[in-house]
Amino acid sequence: MEDELKEIALRARRHILDMTEGGCFLGASYSCVDIILFLYKKFLNVDSAHLKDPTRDYFFLSKGHSVPALYATFVELGWLEKERLKNHLKTNDDIYWHPNTKINGVEFHSGSLGHLLSVAVGVALDCKIEQRNNKVVVLLGDGELNEGSNWESLLIASTFKLNNLLIIIDRNKIQANKITEELIPLEPLKEKFNSFGFYVDSVNGHDFNDMDIKLKKYPNEDKPTILIAETVRGKGIPSIEMKTDKWFCKFTDDEINNYKLELEQMTDIM
Amino acid sequence: MNKYENFLLSYKEKHNNLMVLTVENRSAIRDISNILGNSFIDVGIAEQSMVGISAGLALCNKLPIIHGLASFLTMRSFEFIRTDIGYPNLTIKLVGTFSGFLSEGNGPTHQAIEDIALMRNIPNMNIFCPADEDDLILGLEDVFNSPNPFYIRYNDLKAIEKHKKFEMGKSETFSEGNDVSILVYGVLFNQAIKALSKLKKKGIKARVINLRTLKPIDKKKILKILDNSDLIVTLEDHFKVGGLFSIMAEIMAGGKIYNKILPISLDERWFKPSLFNDVLEHEGYTAEQISKKIYKYLTKGKNVK
Repeated sequence: MEDELKEIALRARRHILDMTEGGCFLGASYSCVDIILFLYKKFLNVDSAHLKDPTRDYFFLSKGHSVPALYATFVELGWLEKERLKNHLKTNDDIYWHPNTKINGVEFHSGSLGHLLSVAVGVALDCKIEQRNNKVVVLLGDGELNEGSNWESLLIASTFKLNNLLIIIDRNKIQANKITEELIPLEPLKEKFNSFGFYVDSVNGHDFNDMDIKLKKYPNEDKPTILIAETVRGKGIPSIEMKTDKWFCKFTDDEINNYKLELEQMTDIM
Repeated sequence: MNKYENFLLSYKEKHNNLMVLTVENRSAIRDISNILGNSFIDVGIAEQSMVGISAGLALCNKLPIIHGLASFLTMRSFEFIRTDIGYPNLTIKLVGTFSGFLSEGNGPTHQAIEDIALMRNIPNMNIFCPADEDDLILGLEDVFNSPNPFYIRYNDLKAIEKHKKFEMGKSETFSEGNDVSILVYGVLFNQAIKALSKLKKKGIKARVINLRTLKPIDKKKILKILDNSDLIVTLEDHFKVGGLFSIMAEIMAGGKIYNKILPISLDERWFKPSLFNDVLEHEGYTAEQISKKIYKYLTKGKNVK
């Protein structure tokens, strides 16, 4: 499994690089692409023939600017033609800087931070009320946790004991332009979530074996789960990794080619 | 149990996907939480999350009816309503209580007097402003059946007039007279009706148009009265900008139509917090004051008795 997923993850990173012409949030996509890939390949019960099936598992990308990671995953799943990535930012398609439901597989649009946790709580509540066993997964950025709406929804999810809800935090420790702990410090994050009534665990967000182990603990008996995924912004291209000035990236052709070379030299990303 | 709660329960019998949500605002729905069981969700004082949660429920084919104080429901969570309800055009009904003058003595924090301006600016969103409790109940069936999101400016004043059958996007007219057409929505309807007889005593023939829905707006009727009225009055407990006066100005400018128009609204100011009848009096919105304003406008520069 490990080797197969690594291969896919490398290809997905290439797809994302293909979307950088015109600019994209490359680093934020590279930090969570392994997680999204793992979820769709090994964890979520959903396929292209059942995207509207009420028994499917749900995935919500709340940090919408990481959408290249989602679309790269869709390409690898065969849900989206690779050729269409060339339409990024073109007016003849709907592939732009944030996700929207015109792209098959996107459950709900995002882009404005702090929205999809509440939407996921609504879906999780419905699954509880109707006694459906769907998994409901939402991926949040760590910088996104600055938004107060998340903390409202955490209180509510805990109150209603939504143990079907799985929140994954892409803890890459950088928000737009700053190290999170240098702007509005989030730590101790695990303790915060614990005190809100969640089952909390951490996972290496670039290690498929670790994800496999940690995700097996979901669902908790009565608490919603939060997985803090330790990640690296820009993971896979060393000259971009953890650089605070590499947020929205609009690269020249030369730069893109250099990054492609860097990526290809990373024979073992993990 | 009030008439609104009775309606919710009867609607629920036919449409089992109905869910009632609130942000601890129970004034309109005090007695049905137990009956509704897990179809009733109180998320605490968290407007943004309630809107997001209702979007999630709507994605699962539920029909969420979400309640909150009109000011906080429309303003605190405005971006959630715009982005998570309006943009995806989800079938969710927003019920704003204590809108306009109904916030009485609460003060500017609670005065929803820009709610119409905000909600009508959202694509796909519709607006229902019943004149009283009877008007509310008459309109709810169609409003709930609509596939679009709706903002309901909740109002349970006792009716003083018998209302006609509700038709989506259609107004109802009371009395006839081409001197003045008073366009009104919500709680001020009763004052407009009472102003009719006062105007009649002064020899002014007027009609009152209860708009019911501000979006869709009864443009056909409005064009007709623009054509046959000497004066149009827009009467609203709302800021002058963005509400009914703006709607009329847009229709008139769009159609290159000119008519005299007297806006009675809140021009760049909040209203004095007090009890409802005292607010009306202080702000110049009683039937007597409204009729005087109209009389004064019509007789300006003329020799009258």
